[in-house]
This record gives sequence, structure tokens and C-alpha cells, in this order.
Amino acid sequence: MKQQKRTRKGKISRLERNEYKYGFLFISIMLVGYIVFLIIPLISTFGLSLTNYSLINGSQYVGLENYKTMLTDDPTFVRTMWNTLFFSVLFVPSSIFLSLGLAVMLNKNIPGVGLFRTIVFTPYVTTIAVWGIVWKFVFQTDNGAINLLLRQVFNVTGPMWLYNEHLAIPVVVVTAMLKSMGMNMIIFLTALKSVPKMYYEAAELDGATGLKRFIYVTLPSISPTLFLNMVVSVINSLKVFGIIQIMTEGGPGTSSYVFVYYIYQMAFKKLQFGYASAISVFLFVLIMILTIVQWKMRKRWVYYEN
Amino acid sequence: MKIKRKYVSLILKYIVIIALSAVIVLPFLWMVTTSLKPYSKIFVFPPQWIPIPPQWSNYTEMIAHSHIFLYMFNSLKVAVLRTGGVVFLACMSAYAFAKIRFPGRDIIFIIFLGALMIPIEVITVPLYLGFAKISMVDSHLAVIVPQMFGLAGVFGIFLMRQTFITVPNELMEAAKIDGCNHLRILWQIMVPIASSTIFALIIYTFFQAWNDYFTPFVFLSSTEKYTIPVALTLFTNEVGTDWHLVMAAATLVTFPLLVIFFIFQKKIIASLAMSGIK
Repeated sequence: MKQQKRTRKGKISRLERNEYKYGFLFISIMLVGYIVFLIIPLISTFGLSLTNYSLINGSQYVGLENYKTMLTDDPTFVRTMWNTLFFSVLFVPSSIFLSLGLAVMLNKNIPGVGLFRTIVFTPYVTTIAVWGIVWKFVFQTDNGAINLLLRQVFNVTGPMWLYNEHLAIPVVVVTAMLKSMGMNMIIFLTALKSVPKMYYEAAELDGATGLKRFIYVTLPSISPTLFLNMVVSVINSLKVFGIIQIMTEGGPGTSSYVFVYYIYQMAFKKLQFGYASAISVFLFVLIMILTIVQWKMRKRWVYYEN
Repeated sequence: MKIKRKYVSLILKYIVIIALSAVIVLPFLWMVTTSLKPYSKIFVFPPQWIPIPPQWSNYTEMIAHSHIFLYMFNSLKVAVLRTGGVVFLACMSAYAFAKIRFPGRDIIFIIFLGALMIPIEVITVPLYLGFAKISMVDSHLAVIVPQMFGLAGVFGIFLMRQTFITVPNELMEAAKIDGCNHLRILWQIMVPIASSTIFALIIYTFFQAWNDYFTPFVFLSSTEKYTIPVALTLFTNEVGTDWHLVMAAATLVTFPLLVIFFIFQKKIIASLAMSGIK
């Protein structure tokens, strides 16, 4: 009896060992790649941020010097921070508002919706360079479509959109928003379609219609999607780069510098790898905080999801 | 009264829809017409929507002045290889996380998910220096590989795991009794079952890679290795205000993808929505 149990146990552990082998084998490539291309670079970013590594002066440990310079003695960094914040503050609410509004509007099928959905989605599948270049063309100072329209029809001289320090970021925000609007709309639309019909019926029995129904029934039901979409939008706006590089190159002056653009400038134009790493760490911490907040909140919401 | 209000709201809806459609479609149309105009007629207002006669020579001139087809090939190569890598890695790892028991499985999965907060922009400096050390900065490999193991790959694992988990264990047990090992279960049973998720992952990763601007912009320095987004920016800077040539290039690179999108749009939109929600 005892003997039998032991062999059975031995057999199971051999099976288990076989399972372990397959498990690790299946994740092995990913695991190695993850360590080499993600974990080590991340640790190196922290390490580099404590040095003054540049192509010219080699590498020396300088402690928190870079962070000190960044936060107290670098007007460009401060400007960059405000610019990125400005971008986010413009981009996130307007993007969410517009795409959610559209989704609510299109939730009840009306003729022609299919075509509209395709049109709104087109920018998403268009490469960012084309989208950025076309809109740069539209917003040109002398001969752009908008200023031509203003001049010829309304007899007004339009502003120098992309060359005006107050307008450059808003123009880029509009362009970026139009590009991602379709995707966000579809995500909201899917969430709206999954709200159980009986909620609405119950609300109707209680006499809630229109805006009331939206606030008390729709919004709570789609809150996980709404929140996820919001956090993703914030993170995307914190790491915006391509559309800025294409449309303004950070200009005029530094008036549309954003985090990633400044990292790029510092690392690959001025070859100040240490300082660029310090900015990277700053950005990473911001994104990490946002992600963790989102996870915590999502856990709280799982209750509602069930 | 009620009926009247219904009509008003319907009309308002159509106004919004048509206005937004115009905002999106008109720039595209302008791009195409500009690409077919002589330089002197680009800025005439009101714009001539159908240029007569269309100046097709813009295209031949643009093609002669740039390596546009090479850039398109590069973009395609990078996107296809990265997508292939992501799908392969995601299927393997997701299957292990969903269906194989091994110590530390859930911890490793959570550590992998950590990649969702490490965008490549944040670790570019050491990546660049590392690739430079092995003289690989200016290579397509540098553009393809890091993302495979970073955000894109981990997202793929997450997406595939969600699907694999829903496959009943009985199916696997049956296969095991028939003598299948995990490798065969994965490729012969799981992958066909999860084919619509895999399709979604392919579409999502492909468009991400096709749109990728930052990595090729930072890593690639020789012109002949450029991908479309980077090449287009460079081209714009080179020809400057020759907008008719710039627009010809933009139209040429947009056209094939838009055609594919229009043909498969129902499936593509559904796929992207699926990957966006998960």
C-alpha cells in the first residue's frame, strides 16, 4: 500500500516535471528577450541618469546632479513639462468627449452610419506621417486651406498657426485627435452595445430619459471602458512624438517641446545621454504612477463588471 | 411634438456626421488633387477639385527623385517581421500562461504585464547605446526586435491568454490521451480555435508597426533603410515647398493600405475594436 502510493507520487511528479519543462520552454524566448530588451535597458536608464555620460566627456558619476539641474535650472525642461501638460489637458477631455458623444449618437442605428464609421476610421489606418503632412499643408500660413478660406471668403488674415507659440500645440492636438477619434469611438460603441437592455427598460419605468438616463445608467455601465480609455489617452499624450516632429519640430522656439521630443533632442542631437536618461526616468515614473492608479481602480470596478 | 423632436435630433445628428466626415475626407481629397496639379495651380482658391488635365508627371518625377518603392518595401518588411514575431511569441507564451502549470507562472505573467508601463521612448537611450556597441543601430533589426519583447509582445500575450483560457481543458485532455504533446496541442488545436483573435492581433500589430515613427526615426540613419513615415518627413524637408511632389508621395503610400482597409473594413474595425477593449 505504502509502496504503491510512493510510485504514484513519483509518477505524478514526473508528469509535473514534464509540464514545468514545457512551461519554461514556451516562455523562454520571451523571457530572455524581455530581460535583454526591457529590464536591462530600464535599469541602465536609471544608471545613466546618475552620470554625465556624453560623447564628449565620457562618463562620470554625478549623483542626482541631472535631476537637480532638470528641476531647478533648466527653463527648457520646465517649458517641456508645461507643454506636455497643456497637450494632455487639451487632448484627453476633448478626445473622450468627442468620441463618446459620437458613440452615443450612433448607438441607435441611423442610415448611413456604416459609411461614417468607415470614414472616421480612415485616419487611424493612415500612417502618421501622411496625416501630419496633410494637416501641416492645411494649416500653412500663406497658402494653407484654412487661411486661404479665411482670406478669400471672410477677408480675414489668418494666424500663423504652426508658427505661433500659442497655437502650435492646439493645432497638433486637433490633428492628433482626428486621427485617433475613430478608434476611440468604436471602443465606446462596443461598450455601449454591451449595456444590458433591461437597465434602460428599468430606467424608463422609473421615468428617467435623455440626459438623466445617460448619467445614471449609461455612464456607470461603461465606466471601466471610459476610465481605461482615459488613462490610455493620458499615457499616449505624455509620450507624443511623431506628430510633433512632423508638424512643428518642437517649434516655434521651444513652444511645442514635449517630453519625448526633449529626450530625443538631448540624446541624439546634443549627445547628452546622462541628462536625456534623467528626463526618461521622470517620464517613466509619471507613466508608472498612472498605470498603477488605473490597475487599482480597475480592480475596484471588477465588482461592477460582474 | 415628440415626432418633431425626433426629426430635429436626427437632422442634428446628420449635421455633425457630415461636418466631421468633411473634415476628414476633404484633406485626403486635397492631397490627391494636389498631387495631380502643376505647382502653379496648387494654391488657387476656390480649389479646383478635379485638375484638368491631371498632371501624372508629378508621380514619375517624384518616383525618379526618391526611392519611394524601397521605403515601402522597408516598411512592409519591418511590419511583417515584427507582426510575425509578436504572434509567434504571444501564442507560445500565452499558451504556457493559460494552460500549463509550472512554478512562478503567475508571477512571471504579472512581471510581463509590467511592460505595459515601459514604453520604448523611455528606454531608448540605453537601447541605442547598446545597439551602437554591437554596430547594429542602423539596422532593421533594431527597429523590429525591441518592440517584439516590449509593449507589442506583452499586449499580444495578454490578448491571446484571454482567449486560450476560455478553451475547455477537456479538449486538451482528449488530445493528450491521443498522444499529442503541448507543442502539437498549441499549433493544431488552440491556434485554429483562436484564429479570430490571432487575426485581430495581426491587424493590430501590423498597423502599430506600420505607423511606428519613433523607433525608425531614432535608430535608422542611412536613407536606404528608412521606412515610409521617416522617409516622407525627410522627403518633405528635402523638396520643401514642392507640395505637389510631397502629396504625390503621400498619396502613393496611402493608397494600397486604404484599398485593403476598404475591402476588409468590417473585419478590420471589429478586430481593432476587440484588441482595443481587452
